[in-house]
Amino acid sequence: MSAIDELFIRLRSENRKALMPFVTAGDPNLDFTAAVIQELVARGASMCEVGIPYSDPIADGPVIQASYTRALDHGVKLTNILQTLGNITSDNVAPRLAAPLVTMVSYAIIYRHGLEKYADQLVKQGVAGMIVPDLPLEESSQLANVCKARDLSLIQLVTPTTPRDRALKITETSSGFLYYVSVAGITGERTELPPDLVERVSWLRENTPLPVCIGFGISQPEHVRMLAPVADGLIVGSAIVRRMANAKKDPAATLREIGDYVATLVAEL
Amino acid sequence: MTTTPLPDAAGRFGDFGGRYVPETLVHALEQLAEQYEAARCDPAFQAELDDLLKNYVGRPSPLYFAKRLTEHCGGAEIWLKREDLNHTGAHKINNTVGQALLTLRMGKKRVIAETGAGQHGVATATACAHFGLECIVYMGEEDIRRQAPNVFSMKLLGAEVRPVTSGSRTLRDAVNEAMREWMSCVETTHYILGSVVGPHPFPRIVRDFQSVIGRETIEQSRLRLHSLPDVVVACVGGGSNAAGMFHPFIELDEVSLVGVEAGGRGNQPGDHASPLTYGSPGILHGSFSYVMQDEDGQTCDVHSMSAGLDYPGVGPEHSYWKSTGRVSYTSCTDDNAMQAFDALARFEGILPALESSHAVAEGMKIARKRKPDERVVVCLSGRGDKDAAEIARLKDQSL
Ligand SMILES: Cc1ncc(COP(=O)(O)O)c(C=O)c1O
Repeated sequence: MSAIDELFIRLRSENRKALMPFVTAGDPNLDFTAAVIQELVARGASMCEVGIPYSDPIADGPVIQASYTRALDHGVKLTNILQTLGNITSDNVAPRLAAPLVTMVSYAIIYRHGLEKYADQLVKQGVAGMIVPDLPLEESSQLANVCKARDLSLIQLVTPTTPRDRALKITETSSGFLYYVSVAGITGERTELPPDLVERVSWLRENTPLPVCIGFGISQPEHVRMLAPVADGLIVGSAIVRRMANAKKDPAATLREIGDYVATLVAEL
Repeated sequence: MTTTPLPDAAGRFGDFGGRYVPETLVHALEQLAEQYEAARCDPAFQAELDDLLKNYVGRPSPLYFAKRLTEHCGGAEIWLKREDLNHTGAHKINNTVGQALLTLRMGKKRVIAETGAGQHGVATATACAHFGLECIVYMGEEDIRRQAPNVFSMKLLGAEVRPVTSGSRTLRDAVNEAMREWMSCVETTHYILGSVVGPHPFPRIVRDFQSVIGRETIEQSRLRLHSLPDVVVACVGGGSNAAGMFHPFIELDEVSLVGVEAGGRGNQPGDHASPLTYGSPGILHGSFSYVMQDEDGQTCDVHSMSAGLDYPGVGPEHSYWKSTGRVSYTSCTDDNAMQAFDALARFEGILPALESSHAVAEGMKIARKRKPDERVVVCLSGRGDKDAAEIARLKDQSL
């Protein structure tokens, strides 16, 4: 059982929902990444998704792309990112980070490092799992085995273009939770979410024992209010990453702004 | 050689290929594979395609004996497969008319495409105008600068050209942007990918539509040379003209096949665009193939003076052919390609595309080492008019 499984067992037993912010690692530097994760968790985030910057992110909109580019321009390296995560998940830091971390990472990066090596690193640094946005079901069996052997969650995605029979197959191979992508498209804030979103997620949740979390486009307290009842968790990315653009100039103010923003979302859960 | 048809059902050419894309695109790719398979086996579809290739594209393209170039090199005979004489001036149109027909068959009315040199953009805009399809082309800002005449042509043909400002602002970023756009409109829009790259089934579809080049070359060689050529040479960007030329020859073991990558200004990372020569297997744009990456899996910047070869990846079937040894791959520098451009202009009265000039350079090199009774066929993938301004700039001359 991974730390994510444990988290959702606890949340479900307490009838609570998770807010999962996404942050880019290394934008503008890894000290800020560590600080922002700690701040987010202190403000009520149940879990954090850490985006590993990639040069060619085809599922990401302009905000996350630009953030990845900034991080890469500053020369951030995978080894250092994972070490930073290890520092904040370590038992030796006080207070101990009360939320599991998952990496959002392109398969290009995992393949380059070696599947087992990447997974071993996550285990070593106290990271609970990974989301691999460019690894669909058909290509995922090798990585799924590697993850399973190490009790890491490999979180799979279902989207509005996924036919229902395929969605069911995906639920069988996903672990930790199931990531429901709210829109057919790339990451980025949306003012309006698709009208049939609630219905689609409800159907999925009835058909899998896995927790279902919704991501892409979520940015406003109203979104949280509307979606929290039908999901196990909500994922917020671009709305946070957009605010990170100022972190280089004024890290303290950026931390506070992001913390305040996330607190307003948590209040709606 | 293997006789099982490749790719397999998972889109694999040996270890290479596959489909590494966001879940949002998977269903559309599956549908595309199914629809393509049905179209491929449908005589009416093939008849319509053949008619278009003949009467609209102007096929068959000639197989031309470059007599003075041959004398200049003083070795084997050099023959040119004249894809530059196709409508719109390059091989790209073979693929775009095929995929536009497929778009209609799938009931879609809107097309997006990426382009590097602009040849694929023009060929897509052309096919869309022919069929009355809406067309949007993504093009890197750097390429918009290098290939201005093609940008203007696309607009004249009714396409919208969207500049891509992310990353290196070249072909690779244009592919990213087109993929992203496709994610949000995949139900209504077909993505006409311009080379044998990307997720399954694109490498297969584009190869099949381009294979008319190799099929004609075999037929024309039998008629004109009374035998097969000894060597066939083609330039490799994403690898579509080369795949189309090579594929029909794959089981004809007596013919040597040579793919030429862009050697740029040297063999250091960032100075060339030769993943098969200097790269290693990895993932880019939805497929497992040779790629230029750093130790973290980040795609490297690449360089070629020719926009159409300025790409860090290559089609998975080429990686497979490299692994089996059936095709040998080499690279040609900017300078050598430019010398070949000049030679073809002066000796034959043909201005080749800068991309094609890389193949011409290698063809000349091979011809010099071979005997006069041997024949080298070079795929002249496109004409050089589009490159005039860039060549003037590179030569420090004004137009
Ligand atoms: C004339 C010409 N040749 C070759 C290429 C390279 O593409 P490919 O390797 O797919 O044939 C291009 C691409 O734009 C081109 O315009």
